[in-house]
Amino acid sequence: MIDQAFVNLNSTLLGALPEVLRPWAAGLVKIGVIAGLAPLIMMYLTWFERKVIARMQNRLGPDRVGIYGLKQPLADGLKMLMKEDIVPEGADKLMHTLAPLVALIPALLLFLVLPFGRNMAPLDLNIGVLYTLAVGSIGSYAVFMGGWASRSKFPVMGAMRTVAQIVSYEIPGALAVITVIMVTGTMSLVSIVEAQSQWWFVLTPWGFIGAIIFFLSGVAEVNRTPFDMPEAESELVGGFHTEYSGMKFALWYMAEFLESFAVCALTVTLFLGGWQGPAIPFWVLAAVLVIIMAMAKRLPIVAKVMGIGALVALSVVSFGEAIPSWLWFFTKTYSLMFVMVWFRGTFPRLRVDQLMGFAWKFLLPLTLVNIVIAGIWVAMPSVVGVLLDVVIALVSLVVLVKLNQPASLEKRTYTFAE
Amino acid sequence: MTGFGVLRGMGITLRQFIGTYRFGKWFLKLIGLDEGSGITTVAYPEVKQKHAENFRYFPFLVYDESPEDMRCVACKICEQECPPQCIHITMEKDEKGAPTKKFGRTYPAQFDIDVSICMSCRICVDVCPFDAIEMDNDYEVADYGRGPEMNFNRDKLLKSAEYFGKIKPTEHAEVEARLEPKRAKAKAAAAAAAAKAAEAAKPAEDKPADEDPSDAGSDKGDAS
Ligand code: SF4
Ligand code: SF4
Repeated sequence: MIDQAFVNLNSTLLGALPEVLRPWAAGLVKIGVIAGLAPLIMMYLTWFERKVIARMQNRLGPDRVGIYGLKQPLADGLKMLMKEDIVPEGADKLMHTLAPLVALIPALLLFLVLPFGRNMAPLDLNIGVLYTLAVGSIGSYAVFMGGWASRSKFPVMGAMRTVAQIVSYEIPGALAVITVIMVTGTMSLVSIVEAQSQWWFVLTPWGFIGAIIFFLSGVAEVNRTPFDMPEAESELVGGFHTEYSGMKFALWYMAEFLESFAVCALTVTLFLGGWQGPAIPFWVLAAVLVIIMAMAKRLPIVAKVMGIGALVALSVVSFGEAIPSWLWFFTKTYSLMFVMVWFRGTFPRLRVDQLMGFAWKFLLPLTLVNIVIAGIWVAMPSVVGVLLDVVIALVSLVVLVKLNQPASLEKRTYTFAE
Repeated sequence: MTGFGVLRGMGITLRQFIGTYRFGKWFLKLIGLDEGSGITTVAYPEVKQKHAENFRYFPFLVYDESPEDMRCVACKICEQECPPQCIHITMEKDEKGAPTKKFGRTYPAQFDIDVSICMSCRICVDVCPFDAIEMDNDYEVADYGRGPEMNFNRDKLLKSAEYFGKIKPTEHAEVEARLEPKRAKAKAAAAAAAAKAAEAAKPAEDKPADEDPSDAGSDKGDAS
């Protein structure tokens, strides 16, 4: 019941309308939900990122505004809205204004084909995979537009790095997806999720490699640490958005966070089973949440009572039902977001040559090998095939690592120093 | 092996992350891992960091019994020695220009320390012959201006010796040990003076000194 709650609500509402209006209303509801959900997701991603990274650095993170700093994103948004909007002298005004929008709209469009839950894809495009790859790469135009229009050297340098980076990482990313298309024989994201009802693709040899490559190229495409060359603070001030301020700057950030979310969601959809999950009864999850809520020190009593009451009521109403599919989807996506933040908390930035080398010399050959592996998987669905896959994967991995080892220079001997 | 350094690095950050939660700490202990540093920052206005006893901020003036009865005699040594010259003292004088005395000693009419200039070097404390000035450890002195707001006057600077004993017990004990012989000497001198005064049957000019012998002593010390 909770699984299909939103779907049922939607169809009930639409059913109440006259026949003529229904298709229009259906479209509007979808647009409204995406347009409303996206800023919310983005705002709480910033909160999530700041909290997690603070904990990794043994700090508390934002905790001044609201309980656990939960109102911090609102405060930030308000601050951004009130800031002065500066356009540098000599900048191309139109392009400068247009660029953040061009970045944001594709990021929003990506949400169109994501299956958020069972029967919950806003649109089941039969070329969904192609669509996401195409729309996702529009972002690089926006970055270059913004950088070029700023008429300042740091943004231009940042923008050029971005284009180089996105173009390089799109190739392994796209080639990693090809394996999924090969095995499932479809490009619709909904069908791809349904094909994973037995096994999540990440549990197969080709899916495992593919998932890692796709996720890493995704991280690189949305310019997050350790691949954040385009906005390397220590070198380029702020990269392509150096000359942006106020709400336009916030739009850049929004686009970036939405793209990160979309990358995580796509990885989940393509490799991690999408909204599918083991059939754990909902009340187990509710019980865990109730315990956590009861133990939380700083939650006010009212919130505690209301939250616990709502959870208990929900689990009574839906007794015997599994955890809803959309919850699985969001849990998995946010876990991948955690991994992204985890990367940021751990790794220093790569050098430009390392970055490019990683894409062209390591990921690209590995994806090509991975396509062969997937081919064997389809052609020989037996133990022999699996073993062959594993052997090929391991051998190619070892060879690639060996080939990528930086040339070790001769050890210098100092004749006079000793 | 290649790639394991990356995983180990991620392991460290994850361990630190888990270790900042109560359950996480318990869990890490359970599986026998180092529990990390935990949260090292404090939520400041609610929780305050404990600072060491010797932590110092700005100087303050010490009084013994009442704020009137301050130890400072306005000798201006600290004013002279203060490297950024942030102390300003005027001695209380009568119309003729002779210093007036209270409790048998001169005292400052005005004693200002501009704490926006003070660099907390403690030199004023070290040079004061009367242990009249000491370092405070109250750091919450923020205000909305840096003119008169940051110029602490005498009344703001005066704090009791008791307070000093509370914030810096060790130093307080040292100062007391140093002052004790002086006080004893002063007491004796005051008694002698009182006796002499009684002999001369003069008007009771030294009476207040009688009541508070230690002040009379400081007065003597000042004169010598
Ligand atoms: S602590 Fe140093 S700077 Fe501050 S008043 Fe004393 S002598 Fe001057
Ligand atoms: S040195 Fe001591 S007694 Fe002299 S003016 Fe300064 S605080 Fe007062």
